[in-house]
Order: sequence, then structure tokens, then C-alpha cells
Amino acid sequence: MNAFLFIVLIVGLSAVLSWPLGRYLKWAMDPELGQASFFDRLFHMFGGRLTNQAQNWKQYSLSLLVFNLVIFSVSFAFLALQHHLPLNPDGKGPLEGSLIFNTAASFVTNTNLQHYSGEAAMSYLSQLCALMWLQFVTPAVGLAALAAIARGVAGRKEMGNFFLDLQRATFLVMLPVAVIVAVLFLIGGMPMTLQGAAKVMTLEGVEQVIARGPVAAFIAIKQIGTNGGGYFGPNSTHPFENPSFLTNIISTVAIIWIPMGCVWMFGRITRRIHHASIVFAVMFVLMSCRIVGAVYYESAPTQAFSKLAVEQTTGNLEGKELRFGTAAGPLWAVLTTSTSNGSVNSMHDSLNPMTGLMPMIGMWLNEDFGGVGVGFINMFIYLILGVFVAGMMVGRTPEYLGRRVESHEVKLAVLALFVHALFILAPTALFAATDWGAKTLNNVGAHGFSEILYEFSSASANNGSGFEGLGDNTIPWNVATGLVMLLARFIPIIFPLAIAGSLAAKKPSAESAGTLGVENLTFGFMLLATILFIGALTFFPAATLGPIAEHLQFMG
Amino acid sequence: MKSVIASIRLALVTLAIVVGGYTALILGIAQVFTPTAQGSLIQNVEGKIIGSSLIAQKFTQPKYFWPRPSAVDYNASGAGGSNKSPTSADLTDRAGKTLAEHGATAEKPLPADLAAASGSGLDPHITEHGALYQAERVAKARGLPQDKVEALIHRHAFAPGGFLTPEKLVNVLELNLALDAGL
Repeated sequence: MNAFLFIVLIVGLSAVLSWPLGRYLKWAMDPELGQASFFDRLFHMFGGRLTNQAQNWKQYSLSLLVFNLVIFSVSFAFLALQHHLPLNPDGKGPLEGSLIFNTAASFVTNTNLQHYSGEAAMSYLSQLCALMWLQFVTPAVGLAALAAIARGVAGRKEMGNFFLDLQRATFLVMLPVAVIVAVLFLIGGMPMTLQGAAKVMTLEGVEQVIARGPVAAFIAIKQIGTNGGGYFGPNSTHPFENPSFLTNIISTVAIIWIPMGCVWMFGRITRRIHHASIVFAVMFVLMSCRIVGAVYYESAPTQAFSKLAVEQTTGNLEGKELRFGTAAGPLWAVLTTSTSNGSVNSMHDSLNPMTGLMPMIGMWLNEDFGGVGVGFINMFIYLILGVFVAGMMVGRTPEYLGRRVESHEVKLAVLALFVHALFILAPTALFAATDWGAKTLNNVGAHGFSEILYEFSSASANNGSGFEGLGDNTIPWNVATGLVMLLARFIPIIFPLAIAGSLAAKKPSAESAGTLGVENLTFGFMLLATILFIGALTFFPAATLGPIAEHLQFMG
Repeated sequence: MKSVIASIRLALVTLAIVVGGYTALILGIAQVFTPTAQGSLIQNVEGKIIGSSLIAQKFTQPKYFWPRPSAVDYNASGAGGSNKSPTSADLTDRAGKTLAEHGATAEKPLPADLAAASGSGLDPHITEHGALYQAERVAKARGLPQDKVEALIHRHAFAPGGFLTPEKLVNVLELNLALDAGL
């Protein structure tokens, strides 16, 4: 009962707060003439003459790729040179080459998969100037791309200007929200200091070295920007990264808030708020089913203790912190993989087998509510397929928001979906069959397979969480997941931009009684079915080899 | 080429504002308004800093309350969990050792929070139930009446989320400090 109230409070609060946020996102990202002109003038000054130019989808995509290349290079340089640079009070040494590549790729793609442990490997300068910086600008890239796609779908020939959108998202959305959340975290007791680690003598007279740093600022943007890359190794289980029940609630709402707001932003830019509500409802249903599943399966006690003199009354406690309460772990696990956040407040490797399946399903579907901006873009791919399949079934020309969906758009959408599945399943098979994966496992049997499957799901979904027992700081892991993250980030951004560009160029057809509506419940069910069928057909075999096999073996 | 220059300009501007400006602002607010900003460090009765109220430290002596098991041996500069599956035989072995240390038996089973390792390896809390379980040992080692130790536990117990989390917790380090200070 308490757990139920806790979940309703967090999910309900996020959903309610996402409505005014959507209004604000529209104002910030796609102002009407005369609105926010002060900021636009400022952004023209920052970005130069190019920010004045309206771009078509090709120019927009090119600018997006060039900017990402630049931020990749800058962050790579900061990481590679950290032992020569200032703000390194604990004298962190150089990082290995493939780890630098993996980390730069990981943070540039908004994934934040971490093959290092923050407090052990990173200087304060690396944490701030390489990692936290990317945590601000990469969700901004996603938000910019979504704004551009929405403009295209709304039928505007020009999709906006990438450099202008990027600054709007960074300075008008990410920055103010981060400041508010960081201040709340400070009130909750989170550390924020540039002093090196504290060396103390414990009550029993042993020296304890307590790593600390500019945590509150870092964690705020980590949570709101669907980043998820923690300051410390064990992420938001660490008491400095999540000191209390209150900071845990704020952190949980922060995971899902902006991704939810993105749906309303799309609805407002396209002026189709009813359509947005249907999509929001579909996302909400998918997410809620997984929350119920995760909380249910995690209420089973730790199986390894079942024959011992252990009194188990509150479910599985391995890998969990007590201060958050019992439902907080599985709830967070679902939200962080519904979005592409990837932070954790319990160790996912130690979740019960079927609980561990819920975050995996989230990453396989990767659209309810998804990453900042890119979550809705993934849903856009399903929307195109949904109207196409529905059109085929009833024998009408498929249309999306008044524009005909033809083979060109459908091909791009299918390809974008296909690469996600390919980048998860193919390398999982490769690593499970070779020493690259088999030698790095922390658990045996089906759970070991789950560790590999989870890692590539996380990389391809740009999520960043992991079954962290995996010894993944090896050259094969660093290179393979690095490449998967890069390709799985940019292909599913560029293809939908192309689809939107192509839709924008078409003549709008008048909507009539014969048009398949996208603003009613029938379409909602159609969309839900499309997602579930595609997801199940693609990933069910892999799921049976991992979590389902482990469940049947031990928990049946 | 133009977009390369624009990208570099924006990289510099964003670095200056969201890293430089933002960090300075939050750091300033933290140092002025929140005394916990250095890591919630706490002192003993002599005024010496002995740890952080947020970070578990290792206790092995019978006169102290013991925290939850830590997969990283309470290393506060290299935190982490066991990352073992709840079905893993390794967990059964590890729990067996913990049970022996606590002297748990079938008649007196160990509360689960004292058998399961925390996510960070640094969880500063145990359940009130888990503290009461250890009260007898602590009282005997200190030559104190057990009901006095239990009263101390009840005074320190709190529900972190009010009515949303009915299970009460105690902070192990604060409890042990209070013991050393003479209840």
C-alpha cells in the first residue's frame, strides 16, 4: 500500500508537471514572432552569422554532425590530457586510449555508459569540463532535433537553425532546470566542494579516505538531461550522490520530467495536442506495465538466502540502499530505462531475474518516454510504421498529420528500427560466443548472458546503465560499445530528420471522413500493437536465453 | 567550414556558461548556505573529524553496532555493490560468513538488511530491527543494561519517508558515537 502510494506520487507528479513544462518548451524552442527575441539576438551574437540562416533537413543534419564532431574532439582532449591539467587535487593519472574513446563516445551520444569509476579515475576538471559539459549540450542536441522534426511534420519548409535551437535548449531549458534541481539537492545534503578527498580516522582507528567533489552541480544535470553518468562508480546508490529519501524523490521525478514534456512540445509545435495526448497515453501504459512488473518481481526475497537463517520480510535487498524505501529501486530501474537516462539507485545486476528483464524491455523499445528529444523521435519512427500498417490493413493511403506516407519514408523508418535491433543482437551473439565476453562475466549461467545482453542493449539505446559486475573496461568492450553508441545515436536522429524533410515537401491533403485519424483511441491501440509486436518478435528469443531462463531455473 | 567555426564558437560559449558560470554559482550557494557541502563530516566529543554521517565505516569490535555488508570493504574512495545475481551461490557463501559473525541461528535469524550488501557498499543505515538484533552483544561488551541500549536505538530511529516508508532506520555511525559519548 505504501509502495503503491509512493509510485503514484512520483509518476503522477511527473505527469502533472510535464504539462506546464510542455508549454514552456514550446516558448523556448519554437517562439512565435516577437517572443523571446531578446534571447535570439543574444544567441545570434554567440553563434555568429550562420545562426540567422534557415536550414533545410540536410543543412540541419550536417550542422548537427559537425557540432558533435567538435564536442567529441574537445572532450577527448580534456580526458586524454587530464594528468597535465589543473583541478586535480587527488592526482588522478592518465586514462587508457580505448577507455578515452569509449568515454567520449558515451557522453557525446548522451549515453553515459561508464567503463571507469568516477571517484577513482577522473580529475575534477575531467568531471566538469568533459563530462558535465556534455551532459548539458547533448540533451540539447536531442531537443533541437525534435523541434526541427516537429517543424517539418507541421509542414514548414525550413526546419529552423541547428545552432540557434542548440542554444535555446542549452540556455533556456537545461541550464535553468539544472540550477533549480542542484539547489534542491544542496538542501537535501549533497556535497559541493572543490577540496580533495577527506582523510579521517574512524572510531575504530582506521584511516578512511572519503572521495567527494562538485557533486550537486553534476548530479542535477545528470538526472534532468537523460544522461545518467554518475559522479561516483555506483551512481545514485552512493550516499553522496543521493543522500536521502527526499533527494531520491527529486532525482526520480527529474529522470522522467523533460522526456514527458517533450511529447507536449511536439503537440504544441505541430498544433496537434490531441494527437500528442494519444501518444502520451500509449507511452504511459507501456511504462506503467513495466513498473508493476518490476515492483512485483522485486518483492520476492533474495533466493540465495532462502535456506539460511535470514529473516526476509521486505523483498530482495541485495544491491539496495535502505533510505529510499522498498519500491524505490524497481521504480527507478524502470524509469531510467523508459527514458535513456541510465542512472541507477540500486544495482541492476542484483535485481531478481524477471525484474532485470523490465529495464531491458525499456531499452529494447526505447520510446516510452525515451531520451530528451530523441525519445519522441524514436516514437516518431513507430508512428510512421503504425499509420503505414493501419493504412495497409484497411486499404487506404497512409497519411500522417495530413501528409502521405510513402515507400521512401517507410524504408527509412524500418532501417532506423532495424539498426537498433542489429546493434543489440549481433554483438551480443559475438561476445557471448567468444572470450571477449565470456572472460569478463561476474555471474555464471543465464545471468552471465544477461550481463552481455544488457550491456549492448544499453549501448544501442544510448541508455548507459549496466549489469555492473561485467568487467567491461577491456579494449574489445570499449571499442565495440563505443561504435555501437555512435551509430545508434546518429542514424536514428538523421533518418527521422530526412523523413520529416520529405513529409514537409509534400502537398497537404485535405482531411476527410475517409482519412485514418491519429487522434482517437483506435489509433492508440494500433500504435501500441505495432510497438509490442515488433518488440516481441525481435527480442523475445534473447530474453528467454537470459532473464527468463534464470527465473525458471531458480524462482519457479 | 562555416559550421565548423560556429560549432567551435558554441563549444567555447557553452563551456564558459554551463561549466564555468553554473559550477561557480552552485559552488557559491553551497559554501554560503549549506554546511553539509563538504560531505556532512562529523566530529567526536573531542572535536576531531571521525567520518561522514552519510558514509558507512567499518566496525568489527563487539562494542559497536555493525553496518550492512560491503562488497568493497567500506572503501569510500572506490564504492560499489557485489553485482551478484540474487540467485548466485557466491551470495549464499558470503551470507554464511556474515551469519556466523552475528551468531545467527534458526531460532534467532538475522534481519535481511544485515545479510544483503548495499548498492554503494557505503549505506550508512541499518534497520531499527537490525540494531535491536545487535543490542545484546553491544550491551554485554560495554557492561551496560540491554534496555538502556535499546532505548538509545529507539531514540535514534527514524522513518526516512514518513508514512511512505514505515520501516524505521538508524544511522550506525551516529549511534556508535552516542554510545562512545556515554549514551
